[in-house]
Amino acid sequence: MTIAAMSFYLFATALLAGGLLTVISRNPVHSVLWLILSFISAAGLFVLLGAEFVAMLLIIVYVGAVAVLFLFVVMMLDVDFAELKAEMAKYMPLALLIGVILLMQLGLAFGNWQMAEGAMDARAAVTPDGVQNTAALGMLLYDKYFILFQLAGLILLVAMIGAIVLTLRHREGVKRQDVLAQMYRDPAKAMELKDVRPGQGL
Amino acid sequence: MQADLNVILPEIVLAVYAMAALLGAVYSGRDRLAVPLVWATAGLMALLAIWIGMGGAGTRTAFGGMINDDGFARFAKVTILLAAAAVLVLGQDYMARRGILRFEYPLLIALSVVGMMVMVSAGDLMALYMGLELQSLALYVVASMRRDSIKSTEAGLKYFVLGALSSGLLLFGASLTYGFAGTTLFSGVLAAADGQAPVGLLIGLVLVISGLAFKVSAVPFHMWTPDVYEGAPTPITAFFATAPKVAALGLFARVVHDAFGGVVGDWQQVLAALSLLSMFLGAVAAIGQTDIKRLMAYSSIAHMGYALMGLASGTVFGVQAMLVYVAIYVAMNVGTFAFILSMERGGQPVTDIRSLNLYSRAEPGRALAMLILLFSLAGVPPLLGFFGKLYVLRAAYEGGLAWLAVAGVIASVIGAFYYLRIVFYMYFGEEGEALETGRSAVQWGFLMASAAVMVFGIVNMFGIETMAQAAAATLVH
Repeated sequence: MTIAAMSFYLFATALLAGGLLTVISRNPVHSVLWLILSFISAAGLFVLLGAEFVAMLLIIVYVGAVAVLFLFVVMMLDVDFAELKAEMAKYMPLALLIGVILLMQLGLAFGNWQMAEGAMDARAAVTPDGVQNTAALGMLLYDKYFILFQLAGLILLVAMIGAIVLTLRHREGVKRQDVLAQMYRDPAKAMELKDVRPGQGL
Repeated sequence: MQADLNVILPEIVLAVYAMAALLGAVYSGRDRLAVPLVWATAGLMALLAIWIGMGGAGTRTAFGGMINDDGFARFAKVTILLAAAAVLVLGQDYMARRGILRFEYPLLIALSVVGMMVMVSAGDLMALYMGLELQSLALYVVASMRRDSIKSTEAGLKYFVLGALSSGLLLFGASLTYGFAGTTLFSGVLAAADGQAPVGLLIGLVLVISGLAFKVSAVPFHMWTPDVYEGAPTPITAFFATAPKVAALGLFARVVHDAFGGVVGDWQQVLAALSLLSMFLGAVAAIGQTDIKRLMAYSSIAHMGYALMGLASGTVFGVQAMLVYVAIYVAMNVGTFAFILSMERGGQPVTDIRSLNLYSRAEPGRALAMLILLFSLAGVPPLLGFFGKLYVLRAAYEGGLAWLAVAGVIASVIGAFYYLRIVFYMYFGEEGEALETGRSAVQWGFLMASAAVMVFGIVNMFGIETMAQAAAATLVH
């Protein structure tokens, strides 16, 4: 067995085990940690395929940002997962039935999978010869799929506007800092001197 | 690249306008600019509609076939732009008086319209998805625009969760299609899937259709519609009932004809089933409703069933019938929602249909206009709505789906009941609290114009027949 084959089985096993344990762990924090393991294993599989850039992206974006965000949310939110699971258990028989039917249908579809003639040739090579991974991806994103890339940018803009519209609101009666007012403040305006005569109040 | 960009110039103009206006409004602060922005957005949309409508004929493709600009896309784009502009102008007064008119509202609508324009001109599974997501994401946000209302928030969340589920189904179907054809281009799929579809492609096709059926709210993927229509602020409900339906139906027609035109027999039965269920559920479930917004939700489900009947026939005439039907449907809905938006009592919006008791005595003109619109929605001859129905029934009959056409007639008779019940309340109801409807001249204008269209449109349908014919001819191969 070559090293490549050995690492494939190693990563593949770790990926499947990580995915399974993510779902069945009792402690949500453990779930997130298992999720990180499966992300890293998937990155390893990408390296084996020759797609280093995607592998690094997976580690930086998913492990570095998304999974850590998950971890924060899980630790900060006070969600009773046991109760949620009990709620889910009620629908278990129906879910199992649907799952089994779907599985059988997909087995039927993939069991005698047919491709159109020339489908394999129409597909672009994962790693084109003589072009660096990053350069090949750049050619796709900024050249061939330029319009899709720009549309994805618009979608993100809508998501940002949406998040602001739905969460930002100016509450009345909250004291806010007004920097200019603070700077223009001087003793003549802020203080008033009173001459208090002896024996009399103000 | 220059030529490619020229093809999508209207989309670029609208998107750049939305971004520039966003910057301007953010710098000037708060919602002072909201009202002028609503009018500017509506004006720009109307201008773009004229530009696209007057633009040259012919078919152009851009970005390697990912975007098509043909007669079909232009017809759908003009309908979408005009519907969106009308609804923006209609709802402005309602939203301003209830303090939910924020400057983001017209801009989100504008971005959503950009998504719809991409949807109807998509020539690739990925472009389809991008357009669909751009459209839906903006709609999820505007559905929950009214932050203080639990129902509005519920509407937004429900729409979002179910919309995400439907996107998942669509993507899975698209990946199976890609696995079969080796390309995501519609033209490539069309060339690959000719004659008999293997099981894998069939499952992909059914999943794509399920995802799209969610967006047009066809039964059995309709569950979100009544709740979202009821919960969202009324101007946004009016928007949901018009432009997105045109876009989703346009996309539906594009996918089944452009990509799966080689396997008509495989999707025809699925569409016929969706159409049959939608027509009957829309007709029967609306009978128990007393809230006019929920009623309009079921009405839209039924109408989508009729539009899908045209598509299910699988012919050029079927697509033409669908386009004519949906254009008439939009014209009717703009007028009906102009009236619903004006319904109030003591400054508060009212949506109970019993509030219309003896409305004709107070406002005979408006009641008559509403009567015409409701008769047209029900498909009573000789109004325009009847001719729309006649068109799709003929398409189904000529496409060999006579049973579906017969079922359509039965469903339309059942459905007429709840439209006529509103008319009954307006003319022969009991004495009740009076309803105020006379605040906005814009709403009055749209109501009257829409009713006039239903009456005078029967002369020549304003020429949309020939336009739809030319549009359909460019789509079906």
